[in-house]
Amino acid sequence: MALRAQADCLACHGDATMTDSAGHSTAVDGQKFSSSIHGSLQCTNCHADIKAYPHPDKIAPVDCTTCHADQAAQLKGSVHADTKEHPCTSCHGNAHEIFPKTDARSAVYPLNVPKTCGQCHGNNGMAGKHGLPSVYPNYIDSIHGFALSKEGLLVAANCQSCHGSHGILSHTNPQSPTYKSNIPKTCGTCHAKIEADYEQGVHGKAVAGGNLNAPVCSDCHTAHAILQPTESAFRMQSTPICGNCHKDKFSTYRDTFHSQLGSLGGYVETARCWDCHGAHDVRPASDPASPVNKANLVTTCGRCHAGANLSFVQYQPHANAHDRKLSPGLYYVRLFMNLLLASVLTFFMIHTILWLIRSRYSQVKSKSANGGKNA
Amino acid sequence: MPDTEPAEPKTEATAAAPVSGPGRYFVRFTREQRYMHAVLFTTFLGLAATGLPMRFSESFWARKFAAGVGGFGAILFFHKLCAIVLTIAFLIHVKEVFQRGLLRREKGIFWGSTSMVGNWKDVKDLLGHMRWFLGLGPKPQFERYAYWEKFDYWAVFWGMIVIGFSGYAMWFAPFFAHFLPGWALNAVLVIHSDEGLLAILFIFSIHFVNTHLRPDSFPMDMVIFTGVESEDEFKHKRPLEYKRMLAEGKAESRLGIAPPLWLLNFSKVVGSIAIFIGLTLLVLTLTAYFH
Repeated sequence: MALRAQADCLACHGDATMTDSAGHSTAVDGQKFSSSIHGSLQCTNCHADIKAYPHPDKIAPVDCTTCHADQAAQLKGSVHADTKEHPCTSCHGNAHEIFPKTDARSAVYPLNVPKTCGQCHGNNGMAGKHGLPSVYPNYIDSIHGFALSKEGLLVAANCQSCHGSHGILSHTNPQSPTYKSNIPKTCGTCHAKIEADYEQGVHGKAVAGGNLNAPVCSDCHTAHAILQPTESAFRMQSTPICGNCHKDKFSTYRDTFHSQLGSLGGYVETARCWDCHGAHDVRPASDPASPVNKANLVTTCGRCHAGANLSFVQYQPHANAHDRKLSPGLYYVRLFMNLLLASVLTFFMIHTILWLIRSRYSQVKSKSANGGKNA
Repeated sequence: MPDTEPAEPKTEATAAAPVSGPGRYFVRFTREQRYMHAVLFTTFLGLAATGLPMRFSESFWARKFAAGVGGFGAILFFHKLCAIVLTIAFLIHVKEVFQRGLLRREKGIFWGSTSMVGNWKDVKDLLGHMRWFLGLGPKPQFERYAYWEKFDYWAVFWGMIVIGFSGYAMWFAPFFAHFLPGWALNAVLVIHSDEGLLAILFIFSIHFVNTHLRPDSFPMDMVIFTGVESEDEFKHKRPLEYKRMLAEGKAESRLGIAPPLWLLNFSKVVGSIAIFIGLTLLVLTLTAYFH
């Protein structure tokens, strides 16, 4: 019997309980299939080696590349090249129920992408097996994840906005959109103005000049767990990130009230690096456009300190009390205070210990009338 | 406080006290002075408890504490609140010294055996005391205020000026910048935190031991809470003042009533809490300092 129409196949495969000899389901939901993107195709278009009933003993797997050659070519060079581990259906879902990516029922509809990728790149998926970071929980709690899952924003960045879809490359591959020097451009696809600002700053120029030690977006914002930058958690975590490279500046910052205050939490308004230096277009202090340029200090400090004047901005946010040449006044003040502290405490410590010993000695020795209370 | 003996005799106390005998109690501190000490140690504990987490903001207990009380904003609020109360107490004290010493020209405020101002006897007492520690001489006879008590007083006096000034300079930095150079704004934090640290270490170790925990007073000298002390204790601790009081015939006017049980118990509880908080802060400070 030759098979021509879907109806012929569905006569048997429409039975939802149908399985093959190995026990795998061979059932097809005819209604869903006909509404799917492939609904107008005949079964034999894909199952090309099945021409009649009874079927041949050995049936070749369906080859999507017959039609989708472009995608197949991209996939071939990607991290998902192994089609046994990553068949098309691992992302697109049930082969008989594939919908266009603009359809909310599609597994690759923007709002469904994170969940689809998360099947493997989550805590319990392939990520663990292959030693890859579990990125799904980070993403879903990020500002992008919230925009997508809470607000249903179709424009919110999902996995494939940054990583691509069929041709996903490792971040170590210079062609990858997540390769370090490509990240500003990748984020700039949506954050165009910030990318433009970034390119004007020392970090952007350094990266463009081939210095991959300079930070790109993800060094400060992280890749997946991106927080709203005004959020307290972000303000708390980010100063040490700048300190990874700017060690001396971070160390002197930590001696100041800004840092003491800021590191306690609950009061996030205190000045962090970028509040004074700018965030994306960080410029050298010699640049007139830098907020820490001498000419701009009154304005910059005045953003928090109402009434800041020229004398006020002489304050050194990175003073080093141990550097006599850089901050002589502060150096001697600290030296005096340290000596005062040490001498007073040392003298009285000795005085008190000797006193204690002597009083106890007299007390025990005299056994005075009031039960030895007053020696 | 640079004060004399209680200026006015306590009539009710005199009436109730036995005229003689071993059970006699003498007034050392007036009610105002005891309240002043209470305000002083309460605000000091508050300032220390809120200042230390800022000084050692990287330590685990600072962050735990900050999180517990509502973050840095809450800590700074309480710090400033205590500072204002302490400033007012300090100003009241200065006003009183000024009135009694300069306006009313009361004797014994700025000099003499009842004054807080140091004199030659204090130097001799210090050296004599040290000799006694080493068993090289007799124990010095102390007057109303011994040299270490005067040191405590002046340390607090100087400390309040220094810590207070540097604290207000940070609080109102843009205002102080009108007449302070820029680097001074850096210096005030160093001054404030080091002087504060000195005060904390000194009070919670030296003052606690010298005044309360030493064998003569262990576990606590109650006189700052009750205002009175027994005749034996008075005679033993400050023999010169005791003799002078008898010689001047002022014993009657300085008699007080034996502290009631509730006051003793209340004082013990309050004092123990203060000492406990102080010692806890001392341990935390030392762990953070040597971490």
